[in-house]
Amino acid sequence: MTLSTLFQHILTGISLGGAYALIAIGYTMVYGILRLINFAHGDIFMMAGYFMIFSMASLPWQIAIPIVCIVTIILGVVIERVAYKPLRTAPRMSIMISAIAVSYLLQNLATYLFTALPRAYPEIPFLKKIFHIGTVSASLVTFITPVLTVLLVIALMFLINHTKVGIAIRAVSKDFETAQLMGIRINKVISIVFAIGSFLAAIGSILYFTDRMSVTPFSGTLPGLKCFVAAVLGGIGSIPGAVVGGFVIGISETLLVALGYSTFSDAFTFALLIVILLFRPTGLFGEKNIDKV
Amino acid sequence: MKNSKKVTYSIILAAIILAFLFFLEANKANYGMAYTVLTKGAILAVVAVSMNLVTGFTGLFSLGQAGFMAIGAYITAIFLIPTDTIQDVYYISGVSPAIINFKGFLDSTPGWIQALAPYIALIVGGLAAALLAALIGIPVLRLKSDYLAIATLGFSEIVRAIISSPQLDTITNGSYGLKKIQGFSSIIQTFVIAGVCITLMVLLIRSTYGRAFKAIREDETAAEAMGINLFKHKELSFVIGSFFSGVSGGMLAMFMRSIDTKTFSVSLTYDILLIVVIGGIGSVTGSVISALLVTVSKEWWLRFFDNPLYIGNFQVPFFRTGFRMVVFSIILLVVVLFYQRGIMGKNEFSWDKIGNNFTRFKGFIAKKASKGGSDHAK
Repeated sequence: MTLSTLFQHILTGISLGGAYALIAIGYTMVYGILRLINFAHGDIFMMAGYFMIFSMASLPWQIAIPIVCIVTIILGVVIERVAYKPLRTAPRMSIMISAIAVSYLLQNLATYLFTALPRAYPEIPFLKKIFHIGTVSASLVTFITPVLTVLLVIALMFLINHTKVGIAIRAVSKDFETAQLMGIRINKVISIVFAIGSFLAAIGSILYFTDRMSVTPFSGTLPGLKCFVAAVLGGIGSIPGAVVGGFVIGISETLLVALGYSTFSDAFTFALLIVILLFRPTGLFGEKNIDKV
Repeated sequence: MKNSKKVTYSIILAAIILAFLFFLEANKANYGMAYTVLTKGAILAVVAVSMNLVTGFTGLFSLGQAGFMAIGAYITAIFLIPTDTIQDVYYISGVSPAIINFKGFLDSTPGWIQALAPYIALIVGGLAAALLAALIGIPVLRLKSDYLAIATLGFSEIVRAIISSPQLDTITNGSYGLKKIQGFSSIIQTFVIAGVCITLMVLLIRSTYGRAFKAIREDETAAEAMGINLFKHKELSFVIGSFFSGVSGGMLAMFMRSIDTKTFSVSLTYDILLIVVIGGIGSVTGSVISALLVTVSKEWWLRFFDNPLYIGNFQVPFFRTGFRMVVFSIILLVVVLFYQRGIMGKNEFSWDKIGNNFTRFKGFIAKKASKGGSDHAK
């Protein structure tokens, strides 16, 4: 592998990692607040892909993108209200099964509405413009993804650390009951977290599918699981951790594919997960958690 | 109810089921759909009970069933592909010499061993799955609830990736899958194997080990304080559950006659989880009833959802391909949200309960009758 091809692959990896990072944030925030692996998050991401196809069919991209974000946010919040809220006091296994049921429903609904055949993802012309730097060439989306990811994360960190909503989110994730006693409206905060997660998933889906060109009802499953691994790698509950995890997984996956081990790239991600869970269960940036009796 | 009476009832029930199966076997041509669906239901019942053993009785939320089934299925398939057609199956990349030698060895064994080949294949497949479960259980079972779920899910994806990798093409035939697998000789064979597997698991659950599993499910710390070796029991439950998952994977291979890695994706695990949840987490009879019920309705009774339906000239909306699965997922969600007990909750089938219900029903009828009588007297 020459230096320029290596550089090319790393560039692709960073771009993929940026999309992963945005999805991983959704996992990490929901887990931080509800202690729930939101299995449906990958499918929300997939649905955002379909929303984009349909809104781009009749609208220019400048209007289509905000619409996709809004519809995806509504979807995420409605899922929380319908499927997770009634189970707040139920055992953790029940709410996880509910998340799996929602994921199952979204996949089947997408198969029913849009058929299982891949649908072409619309092209946003300016994102597809090819740039050449020396011998390396890449489309604009490859450069935009990491920049946009970093900008969104900075904005999100500002929201979490310096606004009233952010304080509420941090309070709820520290201690559910005490936060409630302090007069924080828990359900509102949880809805906001789902809204943020779904918004980032929508942006991530636009960046991800622009490179992949097609959407199927099952194209959310594997990226979803990988992004959860990214969230665990960075330390679940930590936003910068999720971003770093997303980039690590994106780059290592691209390099494995480039080396010819494409069938093992998924296996590698999960092997990584098991290794992290064994040696550093709190991830790179996670807080230590001690179980008390 | 007296024990002798219960035994009589059980024998009668078993005889009725067996008679029904013989009837199906004899009239296979007329009842093809029922035949296929019930066979698949029996196979899924085994894996559902095995998942229930791990998840419902021991409280380990494991989502690795599909991976263990894949191991069992591939090993059973290699055992059971007839030697003379093996070259056709592997026509793309050729057969590994190891398999050829192995098939040659198998053909040189005495006839009675060859007659038992399907059973040996299933057991070896199960043992392989159990061995792998024992190995990964050592690190993975230290994890808590949801981390365990995601780690086992990841493990099952790793198994799938390894099976479909080009490096193993001459053994697993990569992404083309294995075909021409010898099937079951009759539906009775399927049901007997499934029955034996489920009975073994019930015996385990009723033993002291089973009580230890339930103690771990209720409260790990308390169980440990009572002197239960947590790791030993978790590992035991996980390994035995995986053994039966492997066996049912092998049965699935014999039922489908051709398998590939797509069969054993995450959605297979979700399907099994759905069966366990609908049947009741922590009830063996619930899992069995629900496996049969879910399979029969999904593959047969609810088929009409997938076809356009006309009432007179009016076409009922929504009825087209895929609607069945949407209805099914909504049912699952409703069960999870509003009826978490499932069909059976944590209860098991027992003659006593049926007897009690029957007496109560008789009493109810008698009360009604006497009330009516007194009204009449006025």
